[in-house]
Amino acid sequence: MADPASLGQRAGELAGEAGALARNLDALSQQLALSTHQAAHAGTPFVFELTIFALAVFVGYYVVWRVTPALHSPLMSVTNAISSVIIVGALIAAGPFGLGFAKLMGFVAVILAAVNIFGGFIVTQRMLQMFQRKK
Amino acid sequence: MSESLSALLYLVAAICFIMALRGLSSPETARGGNIFGIVGMVIAILTTLASPEVVSYWLIVIGIVIGGAVGAYIARQIQMTALPQLVAAFHSLVGLAAVCVAAAAFAAPEAYGIGIRGAIHPASLVEMAIGLTIGAITFTGSIVAFAKLQGLVSGRPLTFAGQHPINLALGILLIALIVLFVMTESSGLFLLLVLLSLAFGFLLIVPIGGADMPVVISMLNSYSGWAACGIGFTLSNSLLIITGALVGSSGAILSYIMCKGMNRSIINVILGGFGTEGGAAPAGAGAGDRLVKSGSAEDAAFILKNAGSVIIVPGYGMAVAQAQHALREMADILKKDGVKVSYAIHPVAGRMPGHMNVLLAEANVPYDEVFELDEINRDFASTDVAFVIGANDVTNPAAKTDPTSPIYGMPILDVERAKTVLFVKRSMASGYAGVENELFYRDNTMMLFGDAKKMCEEIVKALE
Repeated sequence: MADPASLGQRAGELAGEAGALARNLDALSQQLALSTHQAAHAGTPFVFELTIFALAVFVGYYVVWRVTPALHSPLMSVTNAISSVIIVGALIAAGPFGLGFAKLMGFVAVILAAVNIFGGFIVTQRMLQMFQRKK
Repeated sequence: MSESLSALLYLVAAICFIMALRGLSSPETARGGNIFGIVGMVIAILTTLASPEVVSYWLIVIGIVIGGAVGAYIARQIQMTALPQLVAAFHSLVGLAAVCVAAAAFAAPEAYGIGIRGAIHPASLVEMAIGLTIGAITFTGSIVAFAKLQGLVSGRPLTFAGQHPINLALGILLIALIVLFVMTESSGLFLLLVLLSLAFGFLLIVPIGGADMPVVISMLNSYSGWAACGIGFTLSNSLLIITGALVGSSGAILSYIMCKGMNRSIINVILGGFGTEGGAAPAGAGAGDRLVKSGSAEDAAFILKNAGSVIIVPGYGMAVAQAQHALREMADILKKDGVKVSYAIHPVAGRMPGHMNVLLAEANVPYDEVFELDEINRDFASTDVAFVIGANDVTNPAAKTDPTSPIYGMPILDVERAKTVLFVKRSMASGYAGVENELFYRDNTMMLFGDAKKMCEEIVKALE
């Protein structure tokens, strides 16, 4: 019963099965890795945004402390101008075809932000023009 | 345009904005910085216009043309003395724009990919509610500040019984409403939230007096940033988050600097009511019958001409009288005669941070003759004449000597150390803090009563 040929065959089969199992395991682990990877992206955009926010606050803190007190008025008007970058939200609201409440709100926001962008940058430029070195 | 490309371009825009602020570290680099800001804004707008969500352009173009024309017109026409109210008005627009964008996102969440009507992601709802609330507070708060600065309403603080409990209750109610709104996503609550926030912003700024406006404007500057930030979180837009954070921290730092300049806490300023005592003279002063030495423009011209060095201390009164040009003319004549002229600026002089610097720059005063309090305060002792024009409280020695004074502890310009102090003032009225200025009665002080501009012009005439 224990003839060496059948035993060898059996061993070969077993090895094949083990190989298949290992491949399965590999695929499974790959799948697992992929799904956790996806979870990391889909589940925590807030943490990602919070990271950006925190870093930006620090950048703002250090950059603004370096602003010379003489230029605090232009600082205020230029920050006012760049905070109107909220216009990107307004553009998306005003962008679709057709007319609706959202589009109307977007339109109003585009006007308001545009007043600020043009007004803010121009008035800043006017102020800074005065701070030229006089001969 | 692919999503990653637009994200990349938004990053470029954000860096441009950082460079814009970075440029302001010196007057030489500031104009370049402003160009960076403009470039960043153009990149941001074009990137958004090229995104797949935006397909219809006509309304957008109309909006930008209308808004741009109005903004450009105002910015070109505005007088530099009216700068504080202009900035306040601009802040209110950012606040209102934030409210509008929040409303649009609430009505059409699909466009922003934050869910569908009736099933917006809870996190987005929280962020939307916060952005909305801050935006609405910024809007009405800035309008009140604008009205006070423009003189549409009295600059005096408006206080009434139960003001602080009402504000506190309103604040708590707002938070409760935000929670309720996030749970129900109801349009009625959205509207209620807007209305209550508008009321809150109004009530918050009403009790704050005119001379505290530098803090208020900086604070509203900060709020407008946080509102943009809240909207950025709602829309998951990193550019908006970064920019909002930059502006928010900038405004917060300016508020801090202004508060320090008055030796008051931000809480104290927000609670308001400062300067209501008006005219309540400190005990023991017996102001009525004390001798004040007053002089004419000719006297002042004589003293100035014979001085070796003069430090000019401008204040809000100079801005009101538009005296900066006449003042610079006077300084020019003195400089020609070999008198050393410099300017000392108190951090809270004027109605917004850096207000005096802009006015002097407008009158062509070279910025290297203009110094901050820390830089110049020691020089008063070795100066012949301190020429105070339109400033009062920021020179009051009571801040150093009288612990009972409301302004005690406030950093002041030590003008009393100069050999002679010339005070240009319209009357003997006390300053904003309602405190008598001991300096007026000193032997080495000469009062020059009159309008600041006229006085400067007369001194110029006398010098010639």
